[in-house]
Amino acid sequence: MTQDSKHMEVTLETQVESVNLAEEMCLRVAEAAGFGEDDCYRIGMSVREGVINAFHYGNEERPEKKIYLALDLTPEKMVIHVLDEGKGFDLRGVPDPLAEENLLSTSGRGIFLMRAFMDEFEVIPGRTGGAEIIMSKKLPAPGSAGSNGKGHNVEPKKES
Amino acid sequence: MALRATYREAAGVTVVDIGGRITLGEGSALLRKTIRELLEEQRTLILLNLADVDYIDSSGIGELVSAYTGVKNRGGNLKLLHLTKKVHDLLQLTKLFTVFEVYSDESSALRSYK
Repeated sequence: MTQDSKHMEVTLETQVESVNLAEEMCLRVAEAAGFGEDDCYRIGMSVREGVINAFHYGNEERPEKKIYLALDLTPEKMVIHVLDEGKGFDLRGVPDPLAEENLLSTSGRGIFLMRAFMDEFEVIPGRTGGAEIIMSKKLPAPGSAGSNGKGHNVEPKKES
Repeated sequence: MALRATYREAAGVTVVDIGGRITLGEGSALLRKTIRELLEEQRTLILLNLADVDYIDSSGIGELVSAYTGVKNRGGNLKLLHLTKKVHDLLQLTKLFTVFEVYSDESSALRSYK
């Protein structure tokens, strides 16, 4: 972690409200980091899906378990970690929601959405024994279409 | 924003006007409850007007699919009307455009049930 990096983390209860809370928190960070509206939507959705995964599949909706959410903001990217206290899972065992036989499935699209919306995505065994989702989004270049002009990469305006 | 849903009858079809977010929790639950009530009333031709739905997560997508199959299993049909860009893109990404019939104007949608 460099001096220019920022780190924050929060422990969430295994309850539905944690999903909205995590989304709102990450959206604020993403907006402050300079991500434009479309990327904020993708980041917010990915955080939702990560926390839903931890809530439902990882912790099996058991209230005594916790969900750990961490954010790292580096000069290059925003990295999000979602850790549960479940049994962990292997990405290779997750069915493809786009396969013909799965199109009418009522679940199983969360991992797909996170992969689609983020630049990097992986699942590793977590320190709690559960699964740790790690996903990241590159920060938009200053002045690019993906930037909202508020990010820390924005160059100061020159006085005329 | 919490989900809200009201329904009305038009040309023999039940049009459900939905607004807000269809997400894990109350949003998905309200959609499920609304569809269950309609099926209990033997209303099996259903058009979901999603003009004011600006956000759906995977739980909401699952609920839409569940509504679709539930109505189909009762011999009816559930179609979608007025998708916002985000919802449109999400259905395209998840290939659900190949499942749902989607309309951009209500008259055409209602005629399609004939």
